Amino acid sequence: MKILEAVNISKSFKKPVEFQALKDVSFSIDKGEFVSIMGKSGCGKSTLLYILSTMDTDYEGKLFLDEQLITGQTSNQLARLRNEKIGFVFQFHYLLAEFTVLENVMLPAKKLGIKSLEEIEADAMHKLTLLGIQDQALKISSRISGGQKQRVAIARALINNPSIIMGDEPTGNLDSKNADTVFGIFKELSKENHLSLLVVTHDQDFANRTDRIIHMEDGHIKF
Amino acid sequence: MIAALGVTFGIGTYIIMMGFMNGLNGLLDGLILNRTPHIHLYNEVEPTRIQPIDMWQGGENTIKVVGSIKPKSNQTRIHNALPLIDYLNKQNYVRGATPQVKAQAFYLAGSTQLNGVLIGVDIMKEAELYNLNDYITEGQALDLAKNENGIIIGAGVAKKIAMMVGDIVQVSSAKGEIMPLKIVGLYQSGLSDIDNVQSYINIKAAQRLMGEKDNFITDINIKLYDLNRAPKLSEDMANLFDVAAVSVQSANAQFETGSTVRTLISYAVSITLLIVAGFGIYNILNMLIYEKMNDIAILKATGFSGRDVKIIFISQAIIIGLIGGILGLLLGYGVCVIIDNTPFDTAALPTIKTYPVMYAPKYYIIGIVFAMLSTFFAGYLPARRAERIDPVDIIRGQ
Repeated sequence: MKILEAVNISKSFKKPVEFQALKDVSFSIDKGEFVSIMGKSGCGKSTLLYILSTMDTDYEGKLFLDEQLITGQTSNQLARLRNEKIGFVFQFHYLLAEFTVLENVMLPAKKLGIKSLEEIEADAMHKLTLLGIQDQALKISSRISGGQKQRVAIARALINNPSIIMGDEPTGNLDSKNADTVFGIFKELSKENHLSLLVVTHDQDFANRTDRIIHMEDGHIKF
Repeated sequence: MIAALGVTFGIGTYIIMMGFMNGLNGLLDGLILNRTPHIHLYNEVEPTRIQPIDMWQGGENTIKVVGSIKPKSNQTRIHNALPLIDYLNKQNYVRGATPQVKAQAFYLAGSTQLNGVLIGVDIMKEAELYNLNDYITEGQALDLAKNENGIIIGAGVAKKIAMMVGDIVQVSSAKGEIMPLKIVGLYQSGLSDIDNVQSYINIKAAQRLMGEKDNFITDINIKLYDLNRAPKLSEDMANLFDVAAVSVQSANAQFETGSTVRTLISYAVSITLLIVAGFGIYNILNMLIYEKMNDIAILKATGFSGRDVKIIFISQAIIIGLIGGILGLLLGYGVCVIIDNTPFDTAALPTIKTYPVMYAPKYYIIGIVFAMLSTFFAGYLPARRAERIDPVDIIRGQ
């Protein structure tokens, strides 16, 4: 089953000069697949990721999530979709500094508003336990280490049991030990929970250990 | 919560300014209004308005000229004064009508005679309606009520004739009648022109000094519930009772102007303060959005829509407004209390010991409402910006 499918995605920037960042990019990701996108900087891999993440709507082509066309939906519908089906992990953790770890993890689930507060809290604790940081749950998020923050960000991405996790250099800011831990977590999620992952990375070692590598060059996918 | 402090100072200074300015205004107004009757009835010496020749029907195409008109000889007492006062006191718009007997007199000190005016009053009523006790620096109104031959003498007069409370002063009427009066109090209005001539005695004593009967009343002072009705009512009374009637507004036209100007100034100052506070709030919320750029981006990335973010910022602005506004009211109130207890000595106002401050709930309500409104509007524009922030720009910009 295809979780994510991109059909002939093109994008060009008008400013500062006319520049085509993506040219007819088409590919798909199956359920439980761990895919990495590699390429030199400026090759359009991050641009692609943000289009796939639905945050960037200014493109041509078609995008399917869970076999459902999402191109052309309103920004409110897309926000709902992101909340429900996509988890993000960025290079920078983007935790809300004034909130506790637990509150940060619970936030997207509160927005979704399907479960009761107690259920959400139990879920969040469960995700934190999965990532081995349950003992940090009640700390203010600015008071924990960088590796722990990134794991909290992963827990937050997982809280609504999304269809796919997207990462933009999720290990880019971490030392090799923490990067290893994070990779291990991703691998485990993909294997045991059959979660799809799409990760943009510079790190050749990281990419080699994923199921599939998509190489990009000048806005094309290189096979 | 620096933002809330901005609101606090804005609203706090507004409350202080309004409280203090209105307190001072009230003091100045009181200086005039407290001792001035709203309507003053008396008999005026004037020429008859319609001369006999004006009544003559004939003589069209002629100009009627009367040379050297003299004022009509008229008694100074108000005709039928006692029933008139009873009638006025029964009207629901009248707070109180009091009779007065104004007598020209001389204070005798050895061979010197000092010009003076003795006002015979019902002292207890006078004290109740015109806060007379505020201007009696020694003794009190009650002392005069107890002593039929007492006098509350002007402070300036007392100084000139070198007498104190407890002394006996001789006064003589214009007709030469001499009467000893016991000084039971000192009166200081703050206007030396008045303090140098005017004294209060009992109405009976004044009538006796003038050699007149009980119904001899020269003036009637009326205090109304609503000051603004005075001009209209005074006209009506002049026509109805055939006396001269002067309202406080026409008697103190210059005071009216001063009062208007002062009100205008206090409005200008308070509007300026509130505008400055509003801009402060706008600035702070704008900065807050720059500070929270990352948080906004992640909220949007994890599925919060632009509207959610806008609502978060507007509600934050309102909370800032509410907390800041309430703190501002407390701050304003606190400083007002301090000002209220600061010593303020002035010879003109013997009973005022501290700076006057007004604690009108009106200004507190305006303050909090403005705090809420201005934070809402000051928060709305930045919140709209936050709504439109593109998370991709922020996240990729790192």
